[in-house]
Amino acid sequence: MDSAFYIAILTAAITAGTPLLYAALGELLAERSGVLNLGVEGMMLVGAVAGFLTTVATANLWLGVASAMLAGGALAFVHAFLSITMRANQVVTGLALTIFGTGISSLIGRRLIGVPLPITFSDTPLPFLSELPIIGTVFFRHDPLVYLSYLLVPLVWVFLYWTRVGQNFVAVGEDPAAADAVGINVNLVRYIGVIIGGMLAGLAGAYLTLALAPVWLDGMTAGRGWIAIALVIFATWNPIRAMFGAYLFGGVAALGFRIQILGWPISPFYLQMMPYIFTILVLIFVTYQGRARKLGAPAALGLHYDREDR
Amino acid sequence: MKETKGLNLKLVALVVMFALVVVVAAMTRLAQQPDPVDVTAPIKVGFVFVGSIGDAGWTFAHDQGRQFLARELPGVETMFVERVPPGADFVRVVREMIQQGATVIFGTSFGYMDFMVDLAQQHPDVKFMHVSGFKVAPNMATYHGRLEDPKFLTGMLAGLMTKNNRIGYVAPHPIPLVIRGLNAFTLGARLVNPEATVQVVWTNVWFDPAKEREAALSLIDAGVDMLGHHQDSPAVQQAAQERGIYAMGMNSDTRHMAPRATLASVAWNWGPFYVDVVRSVRDGTWTNAQHMWPMPDIIDLAPFGDGLVPQTVQERVLAKRQQIIDDKYLVFSGPIKDQAGTVVIPPGVRMETADVLAMYWLVEGVIGTLPVRR
Repeated sequence: MDSAFYIAILTAAITAGTPLLYAALGELLAERSGVLNLGVEGMMLVGAVAGFLTTVATANLWLGVASAMLAGGALAFVHAFLSITMRANQVVTGLALTIFGTGISSLIGRRLIGVPLPITFSDTPLPFLSELPIIGTVFFRHDPLVYLSYLLVPLVWVFLYWTRVGQNFVAVGEDPAAADAVGINVNLVRYIGVIIGGMLAGLAGAYLTLALAPVWLDGMTAGRGWIAIALVIFATWNPIRAMFGAYLFGGVAALGFRIQILGWPISPFYLQMMPYIFTILVLIFVTYQGRARKLGAPAALGLHYDREDR
Repeated sequence: MKETKGLNLKLVALVVMFALVVVVAAMTRLAQQPDPVDVTAPIKVGFVFVGSIGDAGWTFAHDQGRQFLARELPGVETMFVERVPPGADFVRVVREMIQQGATVIFGTSFGYMDFMVDLAQQHPDVKFMHVSGFKVAPNMATYHGRLEDPKFLTGMLAGLMTKNNRIGYVAPHPIPLVIRGLNAFTLGARLVNPEATVQVVWTNVWFDPAKEREAALSLIDAGVDMLGHHQDSPAVQQAAQERGIYAMGMNSDTRHMAPRATLASVAWNWGPFYVDVVRSVRDGTWTNAQHMWPMPDIIDLAPFGDGLVPQTVQERVLAKRQQIIDDKYLVFSGPIKDQAGTVVIPPGVRMETADVLAMYWLVEGVIGTLPVRR
């Protein structure tokens, strides 16, 4: 076994991890502001079909990406309205969003089945960087959407930890009453968190239909939205850790197929279980002895905020 | 409490009504002379699909068949439910269809098998048609196309077109149906190219385009220069096109999904069979057979990719197709060796249909393993 084997797995881990990364970053922002959105799968599907439809119609990939984000954001707005303004149960509206997103995407997509995409995001090696040994092959010979995700991770990190607005996000997720007391508009922050989250979920869906597997098929996210939600917990609400987690989760599948080819006697089912086992372990770890707060779990996650209740 | 009482009353009323209808129906039946078979008599046919009719693959093809049936036979009313997982949901859906008057039920997933056997016992007046299984009942038949025929032909094509004799195959679940296709594909490749091997990767999903693509790429990275697959999406062919190699399509003519890679596809065509079954139910000739239709009716080889396959290769494959259709060549006839090199089917022996349907071993030339059965 040579280094090419490992390089191929790492490269595959990044492409497979990118949709997870986008969706997880979005969910992370929403959860940081205190709103749990279980509709990621639905928003991804709606983004996937919107991006595909727009690109088929206009032959412009970036218009496709924009409409995917718009569609994901629109669906997220519904969740924001119901859970923040109407104070509906976040778990229930999130689940409803997934069911709705699955249905509406297959309704919109009926005419797109078997339609080929005129253009796709193809691998564009970055000058100089792609020439680097190993790192160049693994990280810098992908499509533009992968590079965009590289930029997004530090951006979200800087936003959350080093900007005033980002700190407001964290504050609202931690203690909305205190945030309100210092003059932060709790509902506005939460709306923004949820809608940006939805836009990123839409982008994650577009990555599937415009880059990874350029075709529209019903339910083609195949559970990635749920993995993204698990990933946020796995990453303990930290964007940098989410990036590593996404590549780890993405790499498991790539590793599984290659192990089969080598004939190693490891059941692929064990490998497929790994991300979830990791997530459960992390969940146990962070909830044990109140470590959750220290590690970044937003204290007010899933809770409504209303001034009158104080 | 009051709620339950109301429900009970309704239930009793329903049962009484039902009993009345049955009695009246029986009496009118008795009063009438036995009619000659009315070929346009209304008949309700239920289809239970495991996937979405928008999958562009397996379920899509069955739904095309359903539409063909509704168009071709007057008086046929079809109903369908998609995305029905095997289990309690399947049982519920079928019972609802029977309540709505369905007298023929088609179930299009291997996983429905045992539930269908139970349902067939509970509803002796309904005809059950189960795809790809190996269990039957007095009112339950199985059906499938001879998948091995066009699979064998695409295997030949792969064997003739490969340059390094290393072919890859992306397979969903290790079940007899898929194994049969893989074995036939390999036999076809090795008939024309004894040096060829077929490396299989199991994805353990019917449908997940991103995963299917990843499985294909892992095979390409391992050095194969030709791909076959049994997945529901054309992602394998797209991966092949991306890396500049050739691939075979599955389920329908998928040339347009990867025009520079797709050499040919295995395509389903269920319509004529569905018409045949419903006609036989109407005229009373239905039997609980294990239907295994040969090419070209339920399944066939779709057209070759435009400008990709040399004329001589096309002619060779099409000549074999004609031989198979004319029953001058049977894919699963001896000699066939298993992976260990042991002769499983001796020369001149035709494999029994039941054995073909329950196939759980790999032929010589396949690289890969099957999970141990417990």
